[in-house]
Amino acid sequence: MLRPEAARVVLRLDGITKRFGKLVANDAISLSLHQGEVIALLGENGAGKTTLMNILFGQYTADEGTVEVFGQTLPPGNPRAALDAGVGMVHQHFTLADNMTVLENVTLGTQPLFAPRLDRGAARDKLARLAADFGLQVHPDARVGSLTVGERQRVEILKALYRDARILILDEPTAVLTPQEIDDLFATLRKAVKLGLSVVFISHKLHEVMAISDRVLILRHGRLVAERPIAEVDKAKLAALMVGSEVAAPKVEQGRPGAVLMRLQDVTTPDRGSAPGLNRVSLALHSGQIVGLAGVSGNGQAALADLIGGLIRPATGRLDLNDAEMQDWTPRKAVQSGIARIPEDRHKTGTIAEFDLTENAILESYADPPYSRAGWMSWGVAEAFTRQIIDTYDVRCPGPGTRIRLLSGGNMQKLILGRVLEKAPSIILANQPVRGLDIGAVNYVHSQLLAARDRGAAVLLISEDLDEIMALSDVIHVMSEGRLSPGFARGSMTPAELGVWMAGQGFDEAETAHAS
Amino acid sequence: MDILEILLSASFWTAAIRIASPLIFATLGELICERAGVLNLGIEGIMVAGAFAGWMAVYSGTGLWMGVAVAMAVGMLFGLVHSLLTVPFGLSQHVVGLGVTLLATSLTYYAYRLALPEVTSPPKIDAFQPYEIPLLSDLPLIGPALFSQTPLTYLAFILVGVVAFVLYRTPLGLALRAAGENPSAVAAQGLSVTGIRMGAVIVGSGFMAVGGAFLTMSAFDSFFFEMVNGRGWICIALVVFGAWRPGKALLGAILFAAFDALQIRIQQTPLGADIPYQVFLMMPYFLSILALIVMSRRAEVPAALMVPFNKGER
Amino acid sequence: MRLEPVANPSFLRTTVPPAIAIGSTVVIASLLAMAAGANPFSVLGLIIKGAFGSKFALLETLNRATPLIFTGLSVAVAFRARLWNIGAEAQLYAGALITVILGTGMLQWGAFALIPTLAIASMLAGALVLLVPALLKVRFGVDEVVTTLLFNFIFLLFVSMLLEGPLKDPMGMGWPKSERLIAEARLPRIVEGLRLHWGFALALIAAVVVWVIQRRTTLGYEMRAVGLNREAAGFAGIPVNLVLVKTALLAGGLAALAGFSEVAGLKGNLTLDLSPGFGYTGIIVAMLALLNPLGVIAAALFVAGIFVGADSMSRAVGVPSYLADIMLATALLLMVLAILLTRFRVVRE
Repeated sequence: MLRPEAARVVLRLDGITKRFGKLVANDAISLSLHQGEVIALLGENGAGKTTLMNILFGQYTADEGTVEVFGQTLPPGNPRAALDAGVGMVHQHFTLADNMTVLENVTLGTQPLFAPRLDRGAARDKLARLAADFGLQVHPDARVGSLTVGERQRVEILKALYRDARILILDEPTAVLTPQEIDDLFATLRKAVKLGLSVVFISHKLHEVMAISDRVLILRHGRLVAERPIAEVDKAKLAALMVGSEVAAPKVEQGRPGAVLMRLQDVTTPDRGSAPGLNRVSLALHSGQIVGLAGVSGNGQAALADLIGGLIRPATGRLDLNDAEMQDWTPRKAVQSGIARIPEDRHKTGTIAEFDLTENAILESYADPPYSRAGWMSWGVAEAFTRQIIDTYDVRCPGPGTRIRLLSGGNMQKLILGRVLEKAPSIILANQPVRGLDIGAVNYVHSQLLAARDRGAAVLLISEDLDEIMALSDVIHVMSEGRLSPGFARGSMTPAELGVWMAGQGFDEAETAHAS
Repeated sequence: MDILEILLSASFWTAAIRIASPLIFATLGELICERAGVLNLGIEGIMVAGAFAGWMAVYSGTGLWMGVAVAMAVGMLFGLVHSLLTVPFGLSQHVVGLGVTLLATSLTYYAYRLALPEVTSPPKIDAFQPYEIPLLSDLPLIGPALFSQTPLTYLAFILVGVVAFVLYRTPLGLALRAAGENPSAVAAQGLSVTGIRMGAVIVGSGFMAVGGAFLTMSAFDSFFFEMVNGRGWICIALVVFGAWRPGKALLGAILFAAFDALQIRIQQTPLGADIPYQVFLMMPYFLSILALIVMSRRAEVPAALMVPFNKGER
Repeated sequence: MRLEPVANPSFLRTTVPPAIAIGSTVVIASLLAMAAGANPFSVLGLIIKGAFGSKFALLETLNRATPLIFTGLSVAVAFRARLWNIGAEAQLYAGALITVILGTGMLQWGAFALIPTLAIASMLAGALVLLVPALLKVRFGVDEVVTTLLFNFIFLLFVSMLLEGPLKDPMGMGWPKSERLIAEARLPRIVEGLRLHWGFALALIAAVVVWVIQRRTTLGYEMRAVGLNREAAGFAGIPVNLVLVKTALLAGGLAALAGFSEVAGLKGNLTLDLSPGFGYTGIIVAMLALLNPLGVIAAALFVAGIFVGADSMSRAVGVPSYLADIMLATALLLMVLAILLTRFRVVRE
């Protein structure tokens, strides 16, 4: 590896400031990146990492400051210029067209728009060469819609490399990968660095930052608060720098499991597009216990959440609540059976953006007294209920008449928590409950889930974040391709061991063992 | 005359291809818009405007091809209005589309009344005449059907190939399809989603207008009110029926037109005399609805159809 | 460019864009009037005078507004639940059709029994007509925009068939029109001597009822939730498809009342030119009212005024009355843009 001091500067940001209304997303940020270097941009959700990279890439225009690549100042607000200068970005949400092939996605925008013909032959050769050089195997004629998440990420990286990117920016690239896939990604990045590329790695996961980067820059509330060579820091130091003050995560004690409240027996559900359904899943949720569900997204977690939430029914197998089989299972039945559902996407499924807080608070219960009687709404009662949630769960808002889209993610999630927890549920389905929240809100949600468990609720926690699963769960299951692993007791598995199951290998071994 | 006899007659297929031609232009236009992610409900009005503009230009003394160009330009103008409102501003494609249809229709009728204040029956122009392609037109059945049409019909068929080639074999087509599937893929590669979508709507609207002009300049030689008569809406159904692919859309248009030609002929048979003529006139609309029912489940809709793209979205 | 939501829009931001939209519409209309060789000021003056300038004009406007309130409400209800009902025209004719079938002598009842029966029967007929596209939508995923549009053509042909067949007035001298309603089936005038029938009052009542449904009932809450976010509504347990079907029934019924009111209140029989596009104009009315049921009343009066005024202006100075349609289309397009600009600011990127 080249020594950063000796290498030339390939990228320099100078005094970047970006405001969204009153919010200052980036406050006079300056940084530089050297050839052959990996820098990590570390910060909480909302610290301004993604905004900064979008400015660098030309998708936003900075209010102040300049971006310099290989000594040339980039014109603001022009992704094309950034691409041409050799900046390649791998977005957190993949920017791929599902109905087109890998080759088509990679060549999109690389040939003159009004060229009479798309040159596929040359593109195919170059793609094959890059795939070999960087260890990114993927079939060029496969439709992107049929690829796994890991393969799609390879396509994203290939897109950047195909355009001869010399600087790779990866925005939270590990969020959707198994531990083994993360290792592969890091191997690819090391190859890239060896070939003279430079990398900006955006993350909020400390051990990954420690593993891959040479230097770490820490963002907090839009400001660059620290910059350290990786050799001079450790995880504890980074955590303190990132959060700014010591924020204690809730102390987790072992749960005291009671009776089985919900039981799935051999449940199968149909596949949905490229996402698998459930494949003979059996699962028991006990009172007073948190069951964690780990796995790479798109492996059947959505089907399981939808099943418990009432959106789909078992094709075969049965779903029992308190030892009674559920018939004609619907979302409303789920709610009435005392299941609290915290949905994966609070913007799309959890709330209705244009509704006010009151209208959102009664989304699941508007049809029942006292919120309505004989088809007539009782808005007074609904508003009182909302005020109660606002007070109990500390929802920061101007009042119950505020449109919910004006609230921050954390406050939105608190309203959803209040909506479901105020009904004293016996079963809680928490699907990615802290995604996109800052540490304070994360800890709040976790402490609420723990408190509910200690009151005797059965909790199913679905998360892509293995750290979260391992911290909270009394029992951990792993999902892969619709199959559910056996339950592992708290502390009995290492992340690497769970990763084997996440990649699907554990299942095969278990089957082989079973057969012999 | 029984149905089989009709189906085997050359004049029947000649008529079917003639009826299909305006639908092919307009369906291709709509297909381009939708492939880029924009539903264009302005189609009905744009066809009306194109029908009038092309005819009026020729009536005022320009050549026939100049008339086609004028129709196309007028269509593109309405496409510009539609795309300005729906693409950068992201307004409801339903509302804007219907508004454009109303605007184009009423402007056309207003212009017609101003241009020809006192006429009871509209004047005729010298429309496109059939051109028999040497040798090919002598083939039995398909000769008269496919190779004895007006130049505008030949253009429609050529256009199907051109559009298919552009969509699947050029960088532009790649970008256009991506814009309708995942616009952020287009933006991430440094291309302008707004530019591609607006361009698609403008060009597509031009094709729609040529479809309208076919009615006044090739199928007939004059302009009437209500002349487009829902053909635009039928083309929207044809796009679905064709699963957003030019080749299949062409097939759908011909099938549809053949059915239409058939019902006209059955009306004149003894069988037709017993059934009210309105039943026959309803058939094309029923057929379109049927096509939608059959195809809606199977077809792969462009994922970003009717989804506005706002790159600053956070 | 990029749109950025404005959290607390200022007074100027909420008023200036709509004012510019209206102003631009007037300017465009003036230019078109000039193209027709007329003085724009006199054209605009004549439109206003023709719409509101005399008792006769005003009554004519109110009469014209009546069906537009019904179709506007129909569209407002449907669009609120994001059910794109473009078929109010067909539903209107369904109401008119059932009114003449039952009201020309089949039911020989007194007015107090007959008129409500006709109104309810009309609503059922209209509801049925929209039920088909709604079911196609929820069962097969067929886009309702195209089906409702196509149904307009089908239903008008169906009416034409009946008017030339079983419903044809034998005394009609060959014209395709129905027999006249019996006296008991006619909607009386609100005030004797004034040419304004109870259909107008019914329209006002309908607007209030729809407003109450939307704000105070669980159905209204469900319809709004389904319209704003179908996925979240379904997740929460709202039966989305059932709500869409209920919405279709209500919307179809409201549009059908326009047909009932036109036949029973104004025309007395059914002809093929009963509606000069009231169903389509209802979309403009609803959009100008921002889908608010009470706003529909004002929007319908405005739209009716332009039509009535333009007719009278056209008779006086010979500028084609299509000017009214152009003004409305322009107003619609500019208004949806203006409303957007009251909530978002355009940022250059």
